[in-house]
Amino acid sequence: MVTDDAGQGGTAAGRDNKTGHQGGAGHSMVQLITPAGERVSHPEYDPWVRDVSDEQLCSLYEDLVVIRRIDKEATALQRQGELGLWPPLLGQEASQVGSVRALRDDDFIFPSYRENGVAYCRGVDLADILRVWRGAASGGWDPYAVNMAIPQIVIGAQTLHATGYAMGIQNDGADSAAIVYFGDGATSKGDVNEAMVFAASYQVPLVFFCQNNHWAISEPVRLQSHTHLAERGTGFGMPSMRVDGNDVLAVMAATRVALDRARRGGGPTFIEAVTYRMGPHTTADDPTRYRDANELEDWAAKDPIGRVRALLDRKGLFTEEFESSVRNKADSVASELRSGCVGMPDPEPLDVFKHVYSTPNSWLDRQQDHYSRYLASFGDPAGATTEEGAR
Amino acid sequence: MTQLTFARAINSGLRKSLDNDPKVVLMGEDIGTLGGVFRVTDGLQKDFGKHRVIDTPLAESGIVGTAVGLAYRGYRPVVEIQFDGFVYSAFDQVVSQLAKMHYRTRGAVKMPITIRIPYGGGIGSPEHHSESPEAYFTHTAGLRVITPASPQDAHTMIQQAISCDDPVIFFEPKRRYHDKGEVDESLDPNAAPPMGQARVVADGRDVTLVAYGPLVKTARDAATAAADEGVSVEVIDLRSLAPVDFATVEASVRKTGRLVITHEAGQSGGLGAEVAASITERCFYHLEAAPVRITGFDVPYPYSKVEMHHLPNLDRILDGVDRALGRPNSLSGLEG
Ligand SMILES: Cc1ncc(C[n+]2csc(CCOP(=O)(O)OP(=O)(O)O)c2C)c(N)n1
Repeated sequence: MVTDDAGQGGTAAGRDNKTGHQGGAGHSMVQLITPAGERVSHPEYDPWVRDVSDEQLCSLYEDLVVIRRIDKEATALQRQGELGLWPPLLGQEASQVGSVRALRDDDFIFPSYRENGVAYCRGVDLADILRVWRGAASGGWDPYAVNMAIPQIVIGAQTLHATGYAMGIQNDGADSAAIVYFGDGATSKGDVNEAMVFAASYQVPLVFFCQNNHWAISEPVRLQSHTHLAERGTGFGMPSMRVDGNDVLAVMAATRVALDRARRGGGPTFIEAVTYRMGPHTTADDPTRYRDANELEDWAAKDPIGRVRALLDRKGLFTEEFESSVRNKADSVASELRSGCVGMPDPEPLDVFKHVYSTPNSWLDRQQDHYSRYLASFGDPAGATTEEGAR
Repeated sequence: MTQLTFARAINSGLRKSLDNDPKVVLMGEDIGTLGGVFRVTDGLQKDFGKHRVIDTPLAESGIVGTAVGLAYRGYRPVVEIQFDGFVYSAFDQVVSQLAKMHYRTRGAVKMPITIRIPYGGGIGSPEHHSESPEAYFTHTAGLRVITPASPQDAHTMIQQAISCDDPVIFFEPKRRYHDKGEVDESLDPNAAPPMGQARVVADGRDVTLVAYGPLVKTARDAATAAADEGVSVEVIDLRSLAPVDFATVEASVRKTGRLVITHEAGQSGGLGAEVAASITERCFYHLEAAPVRITGFDVPYPYSKVEMHHLPNLDRILDGVDRALGRPNSLSGLEG
């Protein structure tokens, strides 16, 4: 089924027209599951998810629910003072699950800061997902252990890293691919545009995965672009797709199309996943200052989890037993997340000096030496590390 | 030993690195078929192929950012920024990405990237083609910043930079590209002085004169001229700007008691300030006079008809030496 924004949920999307209906008729939106949970056919994309069994559909549902639960738990941890900040992904679960579950283990992921659902599906340790937000690390995990780069705060910078990495894949003659996640706001950045130039020019095996969640903090997508974002990819000479980002199957199909093209030497693909950030930008944000409540209501009707549940229900798969197994899984992940967070040891004072260089540096070695003498002068090494000092 | 220009000496160093390590790749604008606008990469694409010597789109952030990605994948990219004034377009990728990746990943991801930047003035170029942006990079933790002053150093230091596991900003003094010097191409870079080490290039008793890159030659000439006036100047080529080998400078200042520092970059917040402060901290009681800085002015790099006024030359440096010695000089009579 092919729809436009308005048709997506049966309700009038973007009532104030601030966020919906960018121009550009080139790309219609791919949808395989309607908001009502109806599986609709699409001749071009159906073949790419034909192998998804009932069991796999159930497992995708579980991912969506668990990720939403992680998000909720982390938000609570932030409110309780355990995390400095948290960037919720509420509403974007299907975009993340559909894309990451299309990848092979040897494909490499370059995320922004909001891909915590992707990280979960990649098998990143739950405490490691929170490490950055607790202020206990600036990375969180070993990228090579999970083939996923650490979170990126500078908007769009990672698109170039992904492109370079994909150049490396190409040089190595490997058949893996890279995928890079970024938001709608990021498409305005020079780096993202430079990445698209490089990627298209060298035809590297890379998927540009843009989650158009309609807002860059308080700025509507219309302030970034007057065309559908998918048109951006087309402008760089990249095959581009516009998919319903709240439809896990459609996202999976599109990502598989793009990965297949990448592996076969067909170069990069741009995917615009049309979704919606239902919560605040981060826990420090107040969306009521800039966002119409009606808009939220419209998108709630297109929720990514509700529609899979309805589909499973139609298929007779949403049994009580299944529902409680998913709930148990979410509960156990949430409690593991919480204990991993509160049990996380604080870094040592001299950790600030570690890993700045991989080889000795005389300036830094001297500073570290002086500071450790200073700390030692207190007897208790933690003695002087508060802002007020200990005197 | 062969006589090589600075540019050929780098070219030959790059060639050796490409030969020795299949993970080394060169990237930049016009570096392939053209061989770079200064011909530093001349002939390398022909011999190593388009996948090792990569002509990139015209996008500096793109060049550095994709090099970061290649390093993520285990490559050792050597990036050319065509001219000093264009590195600013890549600033974020250099200081926020390249410099911090090793730290942010707690050592898991190495960034063995060398960024070659032709820098400095004196060649009569239009604006944005003669800048000395080194202080931006020496101020950034995670980067190493070096600059050779002789063809031999250019040849060995480029190889040392490429084999270093940390990111290295390699500033090439472009007005010296055509200067010739003896180069021992068989010298093992591991046996050569390490790239972080300063070098005393002229012994002296009375004043320590610190220079780097394009001004080392000028500083040596100044020392020769000073000797004619009976003043013995010790010239130090820093070679490494981050970190500076303060031990070598300190040893010299303990002997001479006087310090003059010269660079083309503007004075305020420049490397000269760092050297003056650090040496004052380290050997205050050995100093007979306040350190003196002879630098470019705090102005945008001027147009070529007046650039000779901006650039420290032999006479300005000698005037600075006079100040350090308390001899009559252009500022005599001025308080403070
Ligand atoms: C280069 C840069 N500028 C500004 C910011 C501050 N900032 C953080 S997130 C954000 C909005 C990003 O929006 P978008 O790219 O749509 O991604 P989303 O957060 O919606 O997922 C801004 C302005 C930043 N992190 N980096």
